[in-house]
Amino acid sequence: MKNIISNINKAFDHRIRLGIMSVLMVNEYADFKTLKELLGATDGNVASHTKALEKKNYIKVEKSFIDRKPNTRYLATDKGKKAFQEHLDALEKLLGSGINMDNNKN
Amino acid sequence: MENKKYLQDLSEIKNMMNRSSRFISLSGLAGVFAGCYALIGAVIAKILLSENEAVLANDLNSNLVKNLFLVAIAVLIFAVVTAVLLTTRKARKNQQKIWDNTSRRLLINFFAPLLAGGIFILVLLQYELIGLIAPSMLLFYGLSLVHASKYTFGDLRSLGYANVILGLIATQFIGYGIYFWATGFGIFHIIYGIWMYNKYDRKNAE
Repeated sequence: MKNIISNINKAFDHRIRLGIMSVLMVNEYADFKTLKELLGATDGNVASHTKALEKKNYIKVEKSFIDRKPNTRYLATDKGKKAFQEHLDALEKLLGSGINMDNNKN
Repeated sequence: MENKKYLQDLSEIKNMMNRSSRFISLSGLAGVFAGCYALIGAVIAKILLSENEAVLANDLNSNLVKNLFLVAIAVLIFAVVTAVLLTTRKARKNQQKIWDNTSRRLLINFFAPLLAGGIFILVLLQYELIGLIAPSMLLFYGLSLVHASKYTFGDLRSLGYANVILGLIATQFIGYGIYFWATGFGIFHIIYGIWMYNKYDRKNAE
């Protein structure tokens, strides 16, 4: 039991960070605006949480220009994907229920 | 208490993964409508064909081909317009944008193989391989659905495979193409549409 709890990753212990990682797990990349809209969060909120994940090397940032406008893309790193998967496995075990990604309750 | 939070986390994760990668506002009801249009189209085509009983497969007059082509286009237009209307309505209910990354990806991945199939069918027409047109339509449509299913409800995959298999069977029954066509585009759509409507839409409507 202790082992399971230690796999619960504190870095993902917030709705916005959890959301960012979920989006980046299933998408090659997401830009700032997409993340903001999906999560229904403010600019500052998304910025601070992406920064926190970036600091842990769970995501990386690519800045570029599209039509001369700055565009920021976020990608999950291999380390981040692994950490998130472990977090998911831990949650799953803790709750003793299987997660079926294809099952959509909406 | 703790568990409740983790459960919430999990549903949030699932929700975000789906919302960001799959277009989940595709209307099931649109499938039922598309199926009905296809059946009506097949009946009209059957009448057109029997009026030209004398005409054999290797001697199709251009007028008949043109009329059949118009019927097919009409079915397609009705089906697409209904799908767009119903899907827009559902997207609004889901508070999802109709035109975003997920819908764009879905459309590109659906229409790319379908377009290749459409051109291939025109080539069949060019060489007067009329008997292979209906099987090819089913095959390419099925493959397009399988391909597109990664970007919307995974259930679309079964409809795709069903059409692929039906298309392959139809290649062995040249001359009965219209019945296979009516089954694939008509009956399969209606069954799938009702299934999807029951699974996703009816719950939301309540």
